[in-house]
Amino acid sequence: MSGHSTYQPKTGIERWLDARLPIVRLMHDSAVSYPVPRNLNLLWTFGGILAFMLVAQIVTGVILAMHYTPNATMAFNSVEHIMRDVNFGWLLRYLHSNGASMFFVAVYIHIFRGLYYGSYKAPREVLWILGVIIFLLMMATAFMGYVLPWGQMSFWGATVITNLFSALPVIGETIVTFLWGGYSVDNPTLNRFFSLHFLLPFMIAGVVGLHIWALHHVGQNNPTGVEVKDVKKDTVPFTPYATIKDLFGMVCFMLVFAWFVFYQPNFMGHADNYIPANPASTPAHIVPEWYFLPFYAILRAIPDKLGGVLAMGGAIVILAFLPWIDTSKVKSMSYRPIARQFFWMFVPVCIGLGYLGAMPADEPYVTISRILTVLYFGFFAALALIGIFERPAPLPTSIADSVLGGSGARLGHATASEPQAKG
Amino acid sequence: MSLRLSLAGLVTGLAIAAASPVLAAEGAPKPPAQSWSFSGPFGKFDQAQLQRGFKVAKEVCANCHAMSLIRFRNLAQPGGPGFTNSQVAALAASYTNIKDGPNDAGEMFERPGRAADAFPAPFANEQAARAANGGAYPPPIDMLAKARTYTRGFPTFIIDIFSQYQEQGPDYIVALLTGYAEPPAEVKLLPGQNYNNFMPGHLIAMPKPLSDGQVEYPKGPDGKSPVPETVQQYAKDVAAFMVWMAEPHLEARKRMGMQVMLFLAMFAGLLYFTKKKIWSRLPDHASAH
Repeated sequence: MSGHSTYQPKTGIERWLDARLPIVRLMHDSAVSYPVPRNLNLLWTFGGILAFMLVAQIVTGVILAMHYTPNATMAFNSVEHIMRDVNFGWLLRYLHSNGASMFFVAVYIHIFRGLYYGSYKAPREVLWILGVIIFLLMMATAFMGYVLPWGQMSFWGATVITNLFSALPVIGETIVTFLWGGYSVDNPTLNRFFSLHFLLPFMIAGVVGLHIWALHHVGQNNPTGVEVKDVKKDTVPFTPYATIKDLFGMVCFMLVFAWFVFYQPNFMGHADNYIPANPASTPAHIVPEWYFLPFYAILRAIPDKLGGVLAMGGAIVILAFLPWIDTSKVKSMSYRPIARQFFWMFVPVCIGLGYLGAMPADEPYVTISRILTVLYFGFFAALALIGIFERPAPLPTSIADSVLGGSGARLGHATASEPQAKG
Repeated sequence: MSLRLSLAGLVTGLAIAAASPVLAAEGAPKPPAQSWSFSGPFGKFDQAQLQRGFKVAKEVCANCHAMSLIRFRNLAQPGGPGFTNSQVAALAASYTNIKDGPNDAGEMFERPGRAADAFPAPFANEQAARAANGGAYPPPIDMLAKARTYTRGFPTFIIDIFSQYQEQGPDYIVALLTGYAEPPAEVKLLPGQNYNNFMPGHLIAMPKPLSDGQVEYPKGPDGKSPVPETVQQYAKDVAAFMVWMAEPHLEARKRMGMQVMLFLAMFAGLLYFTKKKIWSRLPDHASAH
């Protein structure tokens, strides 16, 4: 999609630099002249929002690390020192802890957007897989970050989650000992988690670089799922059109973020994490952070420990195979009457699993979790089957047509039944 | 196909509907919601209430519970109980046995407290606290207002996002402090156990800590305390003080929040119209985006 460069160095210095390191050209080509489909809706602003959140987390996190002490006897009080004595420490810490939650809010919207509009389909498979890798790295980072305050949920969450690896045959116990740095969650665990929590965001930044590279190579998908045919008619330059739209989306997102930081800073946390970690006292309910709850529900739905771990891992890894699971060639579910209905059932299934993950492992929750787990994986099976017989609505002939209402169908439900792209 | 669709939809709906009411049945009764001066977006602490709460905490709670995350100087900082620096210095100096050292001779010594000192804990360590309290550990109360909660349930917890209700901690503390009662006939209390309506499981090691008239409040011009010297009032005042101990920058946070929200809202509005203007420049601007 990135055609030939339109960058014109204007000053002598720019020409000199451009001949040696065309970095300004790179920035111009990827953030100014880069053509974006003209019909992107506000759901497409979440990529930029996520980039902003990553930077915000790194900036607040690096400053917090200047004041935090990764030691099992001092960590809890060092967080309270940040909250009480460090200038604007309360702000940094609440930005960072709520930032993690908002990061996941944004990434889940981003993933569901990709699901609905078929952004994982050719030629965007690698782009999508890189996204799944970022998601996994985010989960690891968030999990280890939640351990750092060394409260009750930090400690017991770490104990439960690291213990999952012991379900793996042969190597399980070794892995757990290695993660712990000993025979229980203790000071060595906290130290290595702190180190990794500092490292992983930079690895995320690296994969995000690849993600954006792949994106700019294949170009953005769009709500019609029809590829760009005529750059002049179908696209607009990134700046100012996409820049201003992304900025607007970002500021709206920051309004929600600020609401939580300033007015409800502990809403997404757990009260037990304000009790210092105590290996001798297990909390009544050990609950992970909300963004893990759907996967936690799947884990507990399977009566077998290894089976549960595999199902939980599979629930995430299956996303990476989506480009080959979905058999339909039509990308956007706006034109897929049956797949669309399954999508809108999949969303409440995921939310329902999240709710069940927060409930105690009793009846009726366990049975409902099992049903929803089947439905979760059933969605992927359905995508494999639907593409074979579904009759998609006619696609617009081009992006420009869909926007300007030219020949061909408009967005939404078309009644004409000519199967244009049967999978 | 449509049968399968509706079945799946039905199951999902049932799952979510069935999961909600069960929640309410769990555990102790819900603490009644109190009205707090610090709730909501414009919330501020009531200084007189924090001063009264501090008096209760110091004279009653601190006999068994530590509150060492608080330093004397915090009592004079903005957004707190509003004691003066000289009041704080005098208060700190009234504790004459603050352990310090080693001195030049290598000895530990005791000295009067200073504003920078942490509030002295009643026991040297958890074991000492347990030994003095029949095996039960009185937890530190400096963080308790954020470390205690009760289940709000669905859909209340979603409404809380918009109503900004987040006072589960102090509501629970008031309910607990006023919730001591005679046990029902079928409950036999062991020595060291007390019955409380709001304690999860109802059995609590802490004996009823407050009684009417126990703490003397500052007198008004008419020679009487402006608020009643009752358990209910003590509980509410000390719970407010505990919220301040757990969240000493609450006022600054909410104040800054309003500034940030107003700025972002105006900025978003300007960006919206700028975006409209820019997109209208497209020669064929039929785009409604």
